[in-house]
Amino acid sequence: MQDIWQSFELAWTLIVNLNPALSEIVLLSLRVSLTATLIACLVGMPLGALLGIRHFRGKWAVTVVLNTFMGMPPVVLGLLFYMVLSASGPLGWLQLLYTPGAMILVQVFLILPIVTALTKQIIEDAWVEYQPLFQSLCVSRSGAVKTMLWDTRTSLLTVSLAGFARAISEVGAVIVVGGNINHLTRVMTTAIALETSKGDLAMALALGMVLLMIALTVNAMVFSARQRLPV
Amino acid sequence: MTTNADVQSLFPLKLQNVSLNLNEKPVLKDVNLTISDHGVTVILGHNGAGKSMLLKILHGLLQPSSGTIHWGDTNHASDQVRRRQAMVFQKPVLLKRSVEANIKYALDLPHSHSKWSCVELLEHAELTPLANRAARSLSGGEQQRLAFARAMATGPEVLFLDEPTANLDPDATLHLESLIQTASASDIKVFLVTHDMGQAKRLATEILFMRNGSVEEHALKEDFFNRPSSPYCQSFIDGVLLSNNH
Repeated sequence: MQDIWQSFELAWTLIVNLNPALSEIVLLSLRVSLTATLIACLVGMPLGALLGIRHFRGKWAVTVVLNTFMGMPPVVLGLLFYMVLSASGPLGWLQLLYTPGAMILVQVFLILPIVTALTKQIIEDAWVEYQPLFQSLCVSRSGAVKTMLWDTRTSLLTVSLAGFARAISEVGAVIVVGGNINHLTRVMTTAIALETSKGDLAMALALGMVLLMIALTVNAMVFSARQRLPV
Repeated sequence: MTTNADVQSLFPLKLQNVSLNLNEKPVLKDVNLTISDHGVTVILGHNGAGKSMLLKILHGLLQPSSGTIHWGDTNHASDQVRRRQAMVFQKPVLLKRSVEANIKYALDLPHSHSKWSCVELLEHAELTPLANRAARSLSGGEQQRLAFARAMATGPEVLFLDEPTANLDPDATLHLESLIQTASASDIKVFLVTHDMGQAKRLATEILFMRNGSVEEHALKEDFFNRPSSPYCQSFIDGVLLSNNH
């Protein structure tokens, strides 16, 4: 019991003193996951919106595949990207393996189905309501998509939050393509796994507490933004 | 800017043998009509008589199963026709933005040719003090006035109103009716679906009475209310409770 308290005390000291190793890991985690979330939102939201309002043959199949990929185990995705990015893989020439670029890439594909599928659902619901108005006003498809993306921004903010949460908390994909290399590709989740296995509970706890604080801060920001936006 | 010549070119509106089937059920049956550009055409009838469906077909939101519709010399299917029209729905569809942004949205459409500015439209609908409020936080009457102002922001030559006062109190109804009268006085042809006989008497130039998907009577307001040719319409005017199939 005493060990646990000591670990908490040490962890708190690391955070308060802005331990350089801890800060480096936290900043890299934020850089990788925020970039991945941004890219996934830029691609996934317009794509989800188009899927929401377009009717085409095989739409149900696309929806089923998309929903299935939402539950894709990160480690499996990591394995696929490891093979694609390895020296003998089709994208080996990019020399991305074991770099933050590879981690961003794998996280983009991890959260893209989540962002796309949730956006599709939100836009589909909005389309039912807005479609007669757009038809009456002769608004083009692209105009309708832009309008609905803007009008559902509070819900889409939550979607981006869900994507970010998935990205920053996953360990399987980034450890496979990043390799958990110190000062290069070590992020919070992979560092927690490593420090725990080494028995350095203070560092692992400190990282865990920062992870929770980030989640809390992002949630508070999104909640506050939702309160301020028009109904 | 719209010219009188443009307005004239959409009329007379001619419907020939227009029918509409939804889910294999006939909703409109062989509707034949000629309507002029003058005043307010009020469409009356019981629930399910086909009033709203007729309005949607005229605005091009639905395509007839058979028959032809001609706005002047222009084919009904043309987008050009719909761009010169606007519609206010029974339940207003407002964008999740401020009151002002809702009007600016319509003003900024490429085909909008409104002769009024956003400030004028807000003022006209008495929404100026509410310009920065979220549109969906307004009362029912205010929301309907906003939907009306936004429809006017497209600079329509024809205005379709689908029971716009169905859920409003007398004050809000009166307010909206005055907007409708002003629009009509500005040479905008108005089609109004309503169940309110008093409203029909106050606003109509002519009455189109629908029954079971067909036109039961099409007459000037005075003729309809004083000398209806159909006994069914007479019973309706007298307030006798009738079903569509009676």
